[in-house]
Amino acid sequence: MIDKRVGNLAEAVAGVRDGAVVLCGGFGEAGLPNALCEALIEEGARDLTVVANNAGTGRRGLAALMAARRVRKIICSFPRSSGSVVFEELYAKGEIELELVPQGIISERMRCAAAGLGGFYSPVSVGTRLAEGKEHREIDGRVYVLEKPLKGDVALIAADRGDRWGNLTYRKSARNFNPTMAMAADLAIAQVREIVELGDLDPEVIVTPGIFVDRLVALPRV
Amino acid sequence: MPLTRRQIAWRAAQDLKDGAYVNLGIGLPTLVSDYIPEGREIVFQSENGVLGVGPAPGANAADPDLINAGKQPITLVTGGSYVHHTDSFLMIRGGHLDCALLGAFEVSDKGDLANWTTDDPRFPPGVGGAMDLAVGAKEIRVLVEHTTKGGAPRLVRRCQYPLTAERVVKRIYTDLAVIDVTTQGFLLREIAEGIDVSGLQAKTEAPLRAAPDLKPLRAPVV
Repeated sequence: MIDKRVGNLAEAVAGVRDGAVVLCGGFGEAGLPNALCEALIEEGARDLTVVANNAGTGRRGLAALMAARRVRKIICSFPRSSGSVVFEELYAKGEIELELVPQGIISERMRCAAAGLGGFYSPVSVGTRLAEGKEHREIDGRVYVLEKPLKGDVALIAADRGDRWGNLTYRKSARNFNPTMAMAADLAIAQVREIVELGDLDPEVIVTPGIFVDRLVALPRV
Repeated sequence: MPLTRRQIAWRAAQDLKDGAYVNLGIGLPTLVSDYIPEGREIVFQSENGVLGVGPAPGANAADPDLINAGKQPITLVTGGSYVHHTDSFLMIRGGHLDCALLGAFEVSDKGDLANWTTDDPRFPPGVGGAMDLAVGAKEIRVLVEHTTKGGAPRLVRRCQYPLTAERVVKRIYTDLAVIDVTTQGFLLREIAEGIDVSGLQAKTEAPLRAAPDLKPLRAPVV
């Protein structure tokens, strides 16, 4: 029997090791796995590399994980947004490393890892500072740079509903990076608003099939 | 009379064709959706996975799961849909959008665009989706005030700020003019009332060529 449900957030994030690459879903506050990020503080893993579009807002979730000094490096397209106070403090003090990657390239690099590919040539960033040091190649008259796959040890996913097989659905723009990240990590952990019976999710609307998900935890009801 | 920011948005909106798929950048370009001429159906894309962005929700109707690239609450139009990030940037990078309307710090007369960082050491840099959009949409148009607050030209021979992409901008809407970027440099299409070509040239670093059918730039009070 397949049952990926775990009883609580601590079980959900158990075993994440020091130095792990953690893919963290979300765009702004939408689809951000705040509860899993906070559980990771309790779990204790240090020296993490976090891949996320934004560098957290306010003091909760990803921001709390950074404030607890667990994040050595963040790979991110847009670290600074309204309320990214924790990141800005750490960055100003030189206590967090930033690797800036164009937004679509972050997601495509993760997709690439998920698909078992060794990289891809992209026209994005050619002629700019972000292309420095990358292999350039002209293909049919257009110049591209080589982008390498970006794989996670762990993915923290926020979804709307899930079942015991790990099938997931999302809600509106809270989908964002979550489906790609779920596919691109060795261990994908999903927090969901509701766990439903197997068969209750319409197969036509499942966005992340359970094959990509390892653990599933329902958020405590507010 | 120079155009107001809303009038610049109005002017850019007049050029959007019925049936176009369009991405609006953060800031000034976001205002364009308020001025779509009656009878035209334009589908607005938001990089975080929304195709068919509708107007801002009414008071108390904001849904935290439904936001735009600027993280502001939005609605979805009838016929709209959601995709995950990798597909959203496939749309953006793969030439599926007819047009992207972007803001800028500087544009060169070769169409080089600088709109992602001013290298202000007080702030960490952020690139977001700017580089993906700049190389991926079929046509890049820029909305920008003709000069900085200090009066320095933003339309230049060579961008001083770090580039977002080389040779991508096709048309520029400012408070004083509508200018096309051609293989021979800036071609002045429309000029605001109360300024002549030599007066405009004084506010523009790169040479301007007036189109044979140069028109006045006019916008209604909006």
